[in-house]
Amino acid sequence: MQANDHIKDSLRKTIKTFFNVLPIIVGMLLLTSLLVTVFPEQISAGLFGNGDILDTLLGASIGSIAAGHPLASYLLGGELLGGGVSLIAVTALVVTWVTVGIVQLPAESLLLGTRFAVYRNIISFIAAISIAFLTVYTLRFFGLN
Amino acid sequence: MPKQQVKSSRGGWLFLALTLLAYMLLGLSNPEVIVKALTFFTHVMAQVLPMLGLVFLLLFIANLLLEPKRIKRYLGKESGIKGWVTAVLGGILSVGAIYAWYAMLSELKKKGMRTALIATFLYSRAVKLPLLPLMVHYFGAIYTLVLCLYLIIFSVVSGILVEKLTKQKTE
Repeated sequence: MQANDHIKDSLRKTIKTFFNVLPIIVGMLLLTSLLVTVFPEQISAGLFGNGDILDTLLGASIGSIAAGHPLASYLLGGELLGGGVSLIAVTALVVTWVTVGIVQLPAESLLLGTRFAVYRNIISFIAAISIAFLTVYTLRFFGLN
Repeated sequence: MPKQQVKSSRGGWLFLALTLLAYMLLGLSNPEVIVKALTFFTHVMAQVLPMLGLVFLLLFIANLLLEPKRIKRYLGKESGIKGWVTAVLGGILSVGAIYAWYAMLSELKKKGMRTALIATFLYSRAVKLPLLPLMVHYFGAIYTLVLCLYLIIFSVVSGILVEKLTKQKTE
């Protein structure tokens, strides 16, 4: 009897949470679809070529606002590498693509708190740039690049 | 209903309404873009629907089995190294879109999950196990290995920093 009540209670809680989350998920998908349509992937290697620091900041910024499957970042990163963009900038793009979410920020704020979402994204952005430099310099240090 | 839940519920509907308003306003000047965006949305929604089913199931299991006491033991303030390992591995093994996990993490937070571990979980999701072969294909095995190691280290660092900063502002 008590177990039954616990199952019913859990189900009721789950349905309530699910319906609270649903408009956020649908809204976010609508927003992502709009951004992907309005700003198609027209990022060319021509935007880069301003030195490691500026290129890395640009790569990290593009990754932060990009919305889409991480696989797309590998494809774009591969294209950019082929176009002569530095590995540091490409790494920053690939890492921010999956760790920083400007488009997801409203959903993250609503569910996990605005302060948490803002700090997490800022720290993730800085961390991505650090990781980009560290990864490439580690490879260079061991002569593996 | 707790204050945070009411806020998130109302905020969610407001967010959806604002997004729909943006569609309507843009649709007045450029209906073609809206048709394209809605086509894209339908395509993505079709992919996400099974994931929503999984989210519902995970939420139900969490509500059924994970009691606050247990969450606090494994992912709470006193969880120690066990908590960090759980968060990193959980993030690496988690599949699907990130927003699906926000709901789950929000529930776990209410039950006592540590802020640092939520941030760590979200960061370690950058290590995408199913996509590793593709990353190796594009960037090489050694690059992939080094990058993944740094991602894991920084997932813990970012967790510590996010917790410190959010705590400082709360105090």
